[in-house]
Amino acid sequence: MAPDPLSRVFSALADPLRRDMVARLASGDATVNELAAPYDVTLQAVSKHLKVLQEAGLVSRTREAQRRPVHLEAEVFELMTTWIERYRREAEQRYRRLDDVLRSMPHEEGRPS
Amino acid sequence: MTTARTRETQIEVDPEVPLVRITREFDAPKELVFRAHVDPGLFARWSGPRDLATRIEAWDCRTGGSYRFVQTRGDDEFGFFGTFHEVRPDELIVQTFTFEGMPDGVALEKIRFEALPGGRTRLVSTSLVDSFADRDAFVASGMESGVVEGYEQLDEVLTAS
Repeated sequence: MAPDPLSRVFSALADPLRRDMVARLASGDATVNELAAPYDVTLQAVSKHLKVLQEAGLVSRTREAQRRPVHLEAEVFELMTTWIERYRREAEQRYRRLDDVLRSMPHEEGRPS
Repeated sequence: MTTARTRETQIEVDPEVPLVRITREFDAPKELVFRAHVDPGLFARWSGPRDLATRIEAWDCRTGGSYRFVQTRGDDEFGFFGTFHEVRPDELIVQTFTFEGMPDGVALEKIRFEALPGGRTRLVSTSLVDSFADRDAFVASGMESGVVEGYEQLDEVLTAS
């Protein structure tokens, strides 16, 4: 069964290197070579990561001559990241309250004032 | 960019099953984090959105026990209930979770408490529902704000008609 679009985007962004590539593409199109330059990985590995991003609809590649620059689909990216981020932020707020509760609980080593 | 800092809550969405995984680390031993989950008084202090008060209606935190709590804001009330399936001290809680406004829906939740060096804890919480559509809907809206906004929209429709 093919995963749904949201799942594809989520799992595409779950990888730190792919997140990094997306962040770089947010400031402009880039070729595969340009994208690969800062990383200690093969061009092949970068292409593989790009394919995942492409299948998720997050990036596209134009047929422009030999360069075929990679382009970030900003709308898809923003919609998905907004959803994820809002959900994440709600969980984070809940857990910050849990941090406060934990701080107020007596520890074995001693009691908080 | 939504790259989460290590210390902050991380969200993962499983591509194979309709599941959401939330991971967060705490500067407290797992015994304490566990207690904040099973003690109703402590749980009420942190669960739920900031602008809602949580009132525990029933709380029998052991295998086969059940719970129900209500979150209120003014006259609005949102009820949630479920059953504890496994409560293993300082390690694991398995429970079901239903929002009473959507009685056909149920999430199966697993909360794992993992000890980290330095008396810290990693909390890994998974929530499994029965369709990708449900899973994505609740991620897309944020479960809590989605519930609230849904009611606000309903109110608007009712007052307009």
